[in-house]
Amino acid sequence: MGSASRGRFMETVMQYLLMIYDDESAFATAKPEDMGQLMAAYEAYTQALTASGVMLGANRLRETSDATTVRLVDGKTQVLDGPYAETKEQLGGYYLIDVADLDAALSWAARCPGASTGTMEVRPVY
Amino acid sequence: MTGSGDASEAGRAAEAAARKSYGKLVAWLATQTRDVAAAEDALAEAFASALETWPRTGVPRVPEAWLLAAARRRAIDAARRAKTRFGAEREIVMRIEELHAEAGRDGVHGDERLGLIFACAHPAIDAGARAPLILQTILGFDAATIASAFLVSPASMGQRLVRAKRKIRDAGIPFAVPDAAELPARLDAVLDAVYAVFTQGWADPAGVDPKSRGLTEEAIWLARLLVNVLPDEPETAGLAALMLYAEARRAARRTPAGDFIPLSEQDTAAWNAALIAEAEALILKAAGHRRPGRFQIEAAVQSAHVDRRRTGRTDWPAIATLYEALYALTSSMVVAINRAVAIGEATGAKAGLAALEAACDAERLAAYQPYWAARAELLARNGDVSAAHIAYDRAIGLETDPALRRFLQGRQGSLDRLP
Repeated sequence: MGSASRGRFMETVMQYLLMIYDDESAFATAKPEDMGQLMAAYEAYTQALTASGVMLGANRLRETSDATTVRLVDGKTQVLDGPYAETKEQLGGYYLIDVADLDAALSWAARCPGASTGTMEVRPVY
Repeated sequence: MTGSGDASEAGRAAEAAARKSYGKLVAWLATQTRDVAAAEDALAEAFASALETWPRTGVPRVPEAWLLAAARRRAIDAARRAKTRFGAEREIVMRIEELHAEAGRDGVHGDERLGLIFACAHPAIDAGARAPLILQTILGFDAATIASAFLVSPASMGQRLVRAKRKIRDAGIPFAVPDAAELPARLDAVLDAVYAVFTQGWADPAGVDPKSRGLTEEAIWLARLLVNVLPDEPETAGLAALMLYAEARRAARRTPAGDFIPLSEQDTAAWNAALIAEAEALILKAAGHRRPGRFQIEAAVQSAHVDRRRTGRTDWPAIATLYEALYALTSSMVVAINRAVAIGEATGAKAGLAALEAACDAERLAAYQPYWAARAELLARNGDVSAAHIAYDRAIGLETDPALRRFLQGRQGSLDRLP
């Protein structure tokens, strides 16, 4: 990316998880043609990531109404209906990418349709 | 690592040379390993021993070679630790040896400091850590000195710096000048951080506090560096000019007894002509780009003030117009206050008061000293003595600098002598 001093010999060693946070209730009430357009935008974005050779994986998640939480309390498995935390925007999907540095990850996150409908969280992988 | 405050000429020369070479080497090592803390660790002892040795022996011909020779072992150890993360140990060690050979001959080629500055002022870094981080990594200030300049406890400043360095390493923040599309926004953050360094130094007007003395010079040095490497960015020149104008008046803003002298009453002969000339050249060159910005306009205001040297009077209408443009650009309360003062001088106190009332929310500015001082002056000039008394009381109660407090008390006292 531009500058001579960027990347060096440690190119493409960083993995980042781009998490898409969206208000899922807004999607539930969205018009079908709007949803169609959004899905097409996601498809194009996914293709762009793949064609650029940075894509490691991606998935869309079902709504938090389908979430189940599990924890072990006093040696007993406790299973609860619902997500870990009730929030205004929910994790709705992710991309795992392999790029040179945070700036590259941020510019991919900015291109994701989720950046305009909700919020992207970018986290480096250990 | 710093703040030897006292000191002979030799001591200061040694410190300046050590700091400059230190910053270059930290930047170089950090760029190789992406680990700022490890780069600093590698150089810390070398820097300390340079400060101890050089005042006696003189600054070596190639300071970087001296420092790197003293730090090489630790730098290589740090690279070996970095190996567990990146698997690039052998290459880093090879580069350190190459650099060592090169530095021994004729100093380190290339300069990675700019890339490091952009990493320090990255939007992913806590805004409050950016200027301190630049002070520490590029200029070699220690956490305690930075903490005292920024009025926070050494422990929390230390924590802030450690956290920021960890974020740079673990989040993979690049050490590079951003692409053209990103540069303007990213440069703003860098300039803000450099200006924050300057204002921290400026806050000690008498220059009595050895801890903050030198910060203004360091900020100007950084700005000159930025102007050199980014000559096509007029805001860097604007910032450099703004700080040079202020620095040029340093000696004139206090009487020998330490009393405050307002800008309009300063003896222009006490201003530093060389610094003013440098500022004028910078602002002229910046204007040629026809891309005005916050720092260029602020520098233009200073230029108008400084023109009193030549004309014997202050062109307040021009200054009011500049503040108008600056206010349109920034919507900043601080600018609104300065704009009202300029309007007061240019058109009259009543107009100034009206501008102040229109732009400023007195409740939000309840504890903001410059608002009350400006209001008091305008009220006094408008002949509203009792309201001016109250405003001066607020301003005096909020002031921390004893010289400014005395000055405001003098102004308040003169209210009773008004016709």
